[in-house]
Amino acid sequence: MLTIKDLHAKVEKKQILKGLNLDVKAGEVHAIMGPNGSGKSTLANVLAGRNGYEVTKGNVDFENENLLELAPEERAWKGLFLAFQYPVEIPGVNNVYLLKAAVNAVRKHRGETELDAVEFLALIKEKMKLVKMKEDLLNRSVNEGFSGGEKKRNEIFQMAVLEPKLAILDETDSGLDIDALKTVAEGVNSLRNEERAIILVTHYQRLLDYIKPDFVHVLSDGKIIKSGGPELALELEEKGYDWLLEKGEAA
Amino acid sequence: MSFDLDHYISDFDQLQKNDNWFSEQRQSALNLFKETGFPSSRQEDWRYTDVRPIAKKKFSNIHEHAISLSNKEVDAVRFQGLDCIELVFINGVFCKEHSHLDDLPANVIIENMADALKEDDALLAKHLAHHADNKISPFTALNTAFIQHGTYIHVPKNTVIEKPINILYLSKADKSPFATHPRNLIIMAEHSEATVIESYVGIDDGDYFTNAVTEVALSADAILKHYKVQQESLNAYHVGNLNVVHGKNSKLESHSISLGGSLVRNDIHSQLAAEGAEIVMNGLYMTTDKQHVDNHTRVDHLKPNTFSTENYRGILNGKSRAVFNGKVIVHKDAQKIEAHQNNANLLLSNDAEIDTKPELEIYADDVKCSHGATVGQLDQNMLFYLRSRAIDEETARSLLTYAFADELISNISFIPIRNRLERLVIGQLPDAALIREFTNEQS
Ligand SMILES: Nc1ncnc2c1ncn2[C@@H]1O[C@H](COP(=O)(O)OP(=O)(O)OP(=O)(O)O)[C@@H](O)[C@H]1O
Ligand SMILES: [Mg+2]
Repeated sequence: MLTIKDLHAKVEKKQILKGLNLDVKAGEVHAIMGPNGSGKSTLANVLAGRNGYEVTKGNVDFENENLLELAPEERAWKGLFLAFQYPVEIPGVNNVYLLKAAVNAVRKHRGETELDAVEFLALIKEKMKLVKMKEDLLNRSVNEGFSGGEKKRNEIFQMAVLEPKLAILDETDSGLDIDALKTVAEGVNSLRNEERAIILVTHYQRLLDYIKPDFVHVLSDGKIIKSGGPELALELEEKGYDWLLEKGEAA
Repeated sequence: MSFDLDHYISDFDQLQKNDNWFSEQRQSALNLFKETGFPSSRQEDWRYTDVRPIAKKKFSNIHEHAISLSNKEVDAVRFQGLDCIELVFINGVFCKEHSHLDDLPANVIIENMADALKEDDALLAKHLAHHADNKISPFTALNTAFIQHGTYIHVPKNTVIEKPINILYLSKADKSPFATHPRNLIIMAEHSEATVIESYVGIDDGDYFTNAVTEVALSADAILKHYKVQQESLNAYHVGNLNVVHGKNSKLESHSISLGGSLVRNDIHSQLAAEGAEIVMNGLYMTTDKQHVDNHTRVDHLKPNTFSTENYRGILNGKSRAVFNGKVIVHKDAQKIEAHQNNANLLLSNDAEIDTKPELEIYADDVKCSHGATVGQLDQNMLFYLRSRAIDEETARSLLTYAFADELISNISFIPIRNRLERLVIGQLPDAALIREFTNEQS
């Protein structure tokens, strides 16, 4: 589904990604861990198409298309979704109507009929239950005045409604209380099937107790320096990153 | 540089004047205008707004032959389904057929100024041209010289007019360029309340000049909600002055929306002349192409415990230019006043330009004042967020632009007006249909 080859990217003239390789197949869940500042959010932003990230080398293939040539909205139409580490507040833009426009934009580009008000309402009712979204957040401006946890939950709610092919969750678990963490995990797990893939960026093994990944990768200084199964996360939890970094330097 | 004013003088001589009691004031206003001529950009108040295009053109000030509009044309600018008291003017001339002035509440006067002038009415004489100072603006002097049609409103003591008073100044292209000088006088007696909407609308792409003056006298505890919607033709010039004198604990809520016109100047002058008086000024201007829109406001805090709040927002596109100047003067001994002012601007193009200047002059020491001005572009993070949610770039831009304007419009408590203004604003945006979809369902 997603193949990243030798990806190099710069932000503000600073080289952040330095030859990153990753292969994600449909049905898989990949966890990406790594020290602060190693480039995890940069990778997520490059994949989602944010301005200001210059890809200097390498390529990214998503569903047999050159992802890097697509505008952010085109990526969304094709089924890519990024749950932001820091979701932005948008005063004056209504949360639920944004969602409706988003759902219908995606449907339109898939050649499906757009949902009418009734169908849409039924869909969001179902998803609200799934991620235990508070109703009053729905009719507020996007993320405006939401608590940190509410913002994260809103991201997962959007993801649940949009049902993307590839979801990238950038530290969605950070700042969540235990109950919220479980709910988020349920939301993610409900999305899991053999046609979809998920990339979880996280600092904590705890999330991986609830969402069992197929692969765990360690990103450091713009490269994946180690990959393994779920047991790698446990090992990192215990030992931190130092042993890997030292080894990397020695090699 | 001075301009030939002869045609104003000869038009003045031709003007039908059925109001001997007012002739002296007319004549002195004309004399004043002759003396000063049009303002030049050397004057501080006109520094950024060059009125030479208005001064150069020979507008006709006499409208003998009536221009008519069909019901359909007038309906298009009416509030659909809203029960209003309505006055319709076409090219400056009152049009009885299109107006609705029946069953007014007892003792309320709402009539065409030209009719009111014919009678030697003591109340009219006491107020007309007493609240708008001819010396402050030559345009006001010019208007006073040419007063004819317009709206005269008197709301008596303890009277609340529930229906909004909708005043439509409609302009349609004529054979040659013309000027209209609408004059409105709103007298609010003690404890009275009313909502007045002044709309200035170009029906087509007419070449004309609207020079409007509105005077408002608020007695103690009176409340006036005043809306001005400026949608002149893009070939038209518009100068409008709103002058308010406040009595004790009276309140004026002013909403000014400026969308049309090629060269526009809106002035508000408020005199908070008694304790407890309050003015709220909200304004929105949207400009594009080569439009030039200047908003000047001036509030005089003359007495203690008076309040002013001002919030203006501008959205500039194309090569347009906007000017905002908000002056607040806190006079000596006007203690314990509050004055807050904000002007925020969104520049959608690199060629658009804004000059914004809040001015505070404070001669008292126990006051609470704040002011701020911002100029910015669409927020890149918000844009990216929307696009990452499958919203195409153009729609995302329009949506954020609309959201910027809506922060102002959503404060309007009167729903039919708010909806109307929302629709108007959306109509000015690229991709209007899509934005409408977003918001229609919201209301
Ligand atoms: N817009 C930017 N301008 C300058 N430097 C940037 C910018 N964005 C990211 N960086 C730098 O790129 C590096 C990688 O940042 P990134 O946000 O990708 O890290 P991360 O792995 O997500 O870290 P964390 O775990 O703290 O979220 C950091 O050193 C950061 O300061
Ligand atoms: Mg990060």
